[in-house]
Amino acid sequence: MLVSVLNGFAIGFLLFILAVGLSLVFGMMDVLNLAHGALFLGGAYLGAAFAGSWGGFLAALAVAAVAGLALGGLLSLMTEPLRNRSHLDQALLTLGVAFVAAEGLIIVFGDDPLSVPAPPGLDGSVTVLGATYPTYRLVLIGVGAVLALVVHVVVERTRIGALVRATVADREMVAALGVDNRLVKVVVFGVGSLLATTAGVLGGPIYGARPGLDATVLILALVVVVIGGLGSVRGALLGALIIGQVDTLGRLLLPELASFVLFAALALVLVLRPQGILGGVGARAR
Amino acid sequence: MTFLEVRGLVSGYDRGRVLHGIDLDLAAGGALGLLGRNGVGKSTLVMTLAGLVPVSEGTVRLDGEDLAGRRPDRIARAGVALVPQGRRVWAPLTVAEHLALASGRRRGTWTVDGVLDLLPRLAERRRHPAGRLSGGEQQMLAIARALLTNPRLVLLDEPSDGLAPAVVDQVAEVITTMRAEGVAVLLVEQDLHLAFAVADEIAVMDKGVLVHRVPTDDFRRDRATAQRLLGVA
Repeated sequence: MLVSVLNGFAIGFLLFILAVGLSLVFGMMDVLNLAHGALFLGGAYLGAAFAGSWGGFLAALAVAAVAGLALGGLLSLMTEPLRNRSHLDQALLTLGVAFVAAEGLIIVFGDDPLSVPAPPGLDGSVTVLGATYPTYRLVLIGVGAVLALVVHVVVERTRIGALVRATVADREMVAALGVDNRLVKVVVFGVGSLLATTAGVLGGPIYGARPGLDATVLILALVVVVIGGLGSVRGALLGALIIGQVDTLGRLLLPELASFVLFAALALVLVLRPQGILGGVGARAR
Repeated sequence: MTFLEVRGLVSGYDRGRVLHGIDLDLAAGGALGLLGRNGVGKSTLVMTLAGLVPVSEGTVRLDGEDLAGRRPDRIARAGVALVPQGRRVWAPLTVAEHLALASGRRRGTWTVDGVLDLLPRLAERRRHPAGRLSGGEQQMLAIARALLTNPRLVLLDEPSDGLAPAVVDQVAEVITTMRAEGVAVLLVEQDLHLAFAVADEIAVMDKGVLVHRVPTDDFRRDRATAQRLLGVA
């Protein structure tokens, strides 16, 4: 039971890092980036390619961060011509990108699942309150909590964060102040994608790297975004921690029905609070 | 000298044109009150001038520079500020965050401290999210946000909407103060008293064009014309 709760936290923080970028881009710019899962998988494969040493792990993180930033910026520019089109058009574009990226990863890394060892020293286990638990996951909980705190402080307490929240609330009024929306979007898209690839590297030792993982984590991230509320950092954190617990508890107690439990939680939130637990975007005029 | 010069402006939304050739001049530091029945295109004109509704035809010159069809952020940087209908403050952001985001974008006389001196209610509410403010406070915040960009022209769309008479008087005072600083004002209003209090001239719109324009004092005296154009006494 304790192991399950800890697993829930580890996966919850990982999901937050993954989902916060998706949530901000969707909440701010109405762009649903279905290539977000492919970014995660790219990070996981990078982790697999460099695995085995601390140097390799850190190199994978650095390469993933730079690549995520660049690819996010590129995706932002690609969706720009569809700015005034429907969600469906944008979703089709990013879904196409996701398919191409997934195929590209198979060509480079093959279609066999790769397991990713944790960095040396973190690949063992420790005893937590009498239960044996993988060291890496415990460290991941700490790293995830710190990252979540950093993202929260940047978005809630800084000027650039205020700009992001204002853009979520009413982006036309931000433009009417003299701020180029496209610039805000490129930056948020880039940083959100950086977080997605980073989450992929960090999640590698848990999930491994395999074809199809991109779709799995994308769906988890979408569930988190819907549950937490669009464009809300606190909502994404809350949603991620809830889904982390629901998913691991579901797997423990009802292994055959785990994915049903996940979507039952989603359905429950949608029935009780369609705008998400902490969402406010639905209240925007027009 | 003409500061804002609009010629043959045509614009609208996907479902159809709303403006059918607007010609409008405004002197530097001048104030024009724009009246008209509901649905004649007053708000569309304001949103088009701010770059938030696409221009189909025509020119919008500000100090000789054509801004028609430019992006809204480009128009804002040229010195046009918007106080939109419904205020459109960012509900989750605090008053202080609104002021911080708006200030420091263009050089000029307005600073956060100066605006808070003018609008002391906002100073008391600095830490409050805009969504928790009263309608009057939100209106003051929307005006403060516009002023802090140090604009040369402010577009105000029904700032009196839903406010108590005493608060409308405060809005009039603030507009008078910004005029004293040399800011030109285009004010769309249903509240004739506010328009009369701050505008040098009154223009009337009907079906997407300007149909009448006279000095404010003449408009006040000419009740028959006001009755015919607006359906009010």
